[in-house]
Amino acid sequence: MDSLRERLARGDVLVGDGAWGTMLMARGLAPGRPPESLVLERPEAVREVALLYLDAGAELLTTDTFGGSPLCLGSWGLGERAEEINARAVSIAREAAAGRALVQASVGPTGRILAPLGDTEPAEVGAAFARQIGAQARAGADAICIETMTDLAEMLLAVRAAHEVAPDLPVIATMTFDPTPRGFFTMMGVSVEQAARALTAAGVDVVGSNCGNGIDRMVAIARELRRWTSLPLAIRSNAGLPESRGAEVVYPETPELMAERIPALLDAGVSIVGGCCGTTPDHVRAFRRAVDARKLTSCPPP
Amino acid sequence: MDVVKSIAEAIEQGDNDAVRRLTAEAIAAGRAPGAILEEGLVAGMRVVGERFRTHEIFLPEVLLAARAMQAGLGLLRPLLLQDAVPTAGKIVVGTVRGDLHDIGKNLVGILLQGAGFSVIDLGKDVAPERFVDAAVAEGAPLIGMSTLLTTTMKGMRDVVELLRQRGLEGKIKTIIGGAPVSAEFAREIGADAYAFDAASAVERTRALLAPA
Repeated sequence: MDSLRERLARGDVLVGDGAWGTMLMARGLAPGRPPESLVLERPEAVREVALLYLDAGAELLTTDTFGGSPLCLGSWGLGERAEEINARAVSIAREAAAGRALVQASVGPTGRILAPLGDTEPAEVGAAFARQIGAQARAGADAICIETMTDLAEMLLAVRAAHEVAPDLPVIATMTFDPTPRGFFTMMGVSVEQAARALTAAGVDVVGSNCGNGIDRMVAIARELRRWTSLPLAIRSNAGLPESRGAEVVYPETPELMAERIPALLDAGVSIVGGCCGTTPDHVRAFRRAVDARKLTSCPPP
Repeated sequence: MDVVKSIAEAIEQGDNDAVRRLTAEAIAAGRAPGAILEEGLVAGMRVVGERFRTHEIFLPEVLLAARAMQAGLGLLRPLLLQDAVPTAGKIVVGTVRGDLHDIGKNLVGILLQGAGFSVIDLGKDVAPERFVDAAVAEGAPLIGMSTLLTTTMKGMRDVVELLRQRGLEGKIKTIIGGAPVSAEFAREIGADAYAFDAASAVERTRALLAPA
């Protein structure tokens, strides 16, 4: 199978997968337990979700390691098992993919605020990312996907860790932006321009955004990113923002609605399209169709 | 400029040393501790909260302002107790059971303190019994609950239920907030209020704790 770098260099568009937490909950993840614990306790549930996304047409599969840094796992008494959890999660994804898809190892934020603003030393966070990413790389991940970041300093610690412990792997770096009257900023005040410039300078392979927004705002973010970087872009959109219907939480954007906006994302230069919170295998199937339809129309007629 | 007004400005700028120095100056000049609190620290944090609400500033600036506020409050607290200056009210806050996210809850706590409330922060992953026991022990008439996860929202219902079981319904009120919850959800579980963001949490808390 071609590597991610080869495919991106060729100008391919890759379809990613969708939400994981809700899918794992539907398969018995107890409320308030970390999704990563299923890697040890119920690997078959993790495999089942992976297979659903692969069957829907995902060719870039995410691992169940979002909260897999020893700093996050430590809150559950699982810090010592961080290497084991990350390695097993990558193995599960690789076995499920069986050559049909590349595996991007997820790295989420630690949830800490870095000193001097907060109480966690940057070196501690960097070391935690290095342990997590090292284990992912040794287990055979095809790419490192650092996602949902809001603090540029924490993002860059993860990028640096990836470059140190997994120098051969491509890094996908995506941040989460909120709309403000002055444009998109992360919770920590990072603009799209700042993110794009800093991540490009840091030598990542792909920059982008995931979570926090529905598809329309993601199109706007993609266009803004494209102004500030020539790197391939990744967008993993929520199915809108959660709405509460009684005791249920519902994400309003349907597969059809989101798929309609895929051409706009591709026009903005996005190379990886996938889903975040609220998306399902049906959403991924619709993304797949939209991306494939685009390939057909962009070929010259015979 | 008046020293108390300068305190408010130093809070807005997140200048911890200036807030400490100016608060000491105001105390030495014999200004009433209640006025230093209200017109200095609280006034400064009100501006900070409003700028955050309108996205003029972001979390780092709020955290810096909060630290500056704490510097002033540290000097002021013994005097406020001595003068028996009443706080705006007492509230117990925490992130519900199973949820380890506390950035949102901390922010609400900061702005509540900044608005003059006495905040008892139980931290994260707080069991329903701990919320209720702490509110009873502290004599707090309000429990504020936060969650970021759809998987842990149920913890909020458990607290409301527990209050009902213990006959504390109406005596101890509840306010909820966090990404997955909404006004409908608050109504559905019988919480007394929902706050969309940290700034509205302060407004709602003020309304809930206002003397009838």
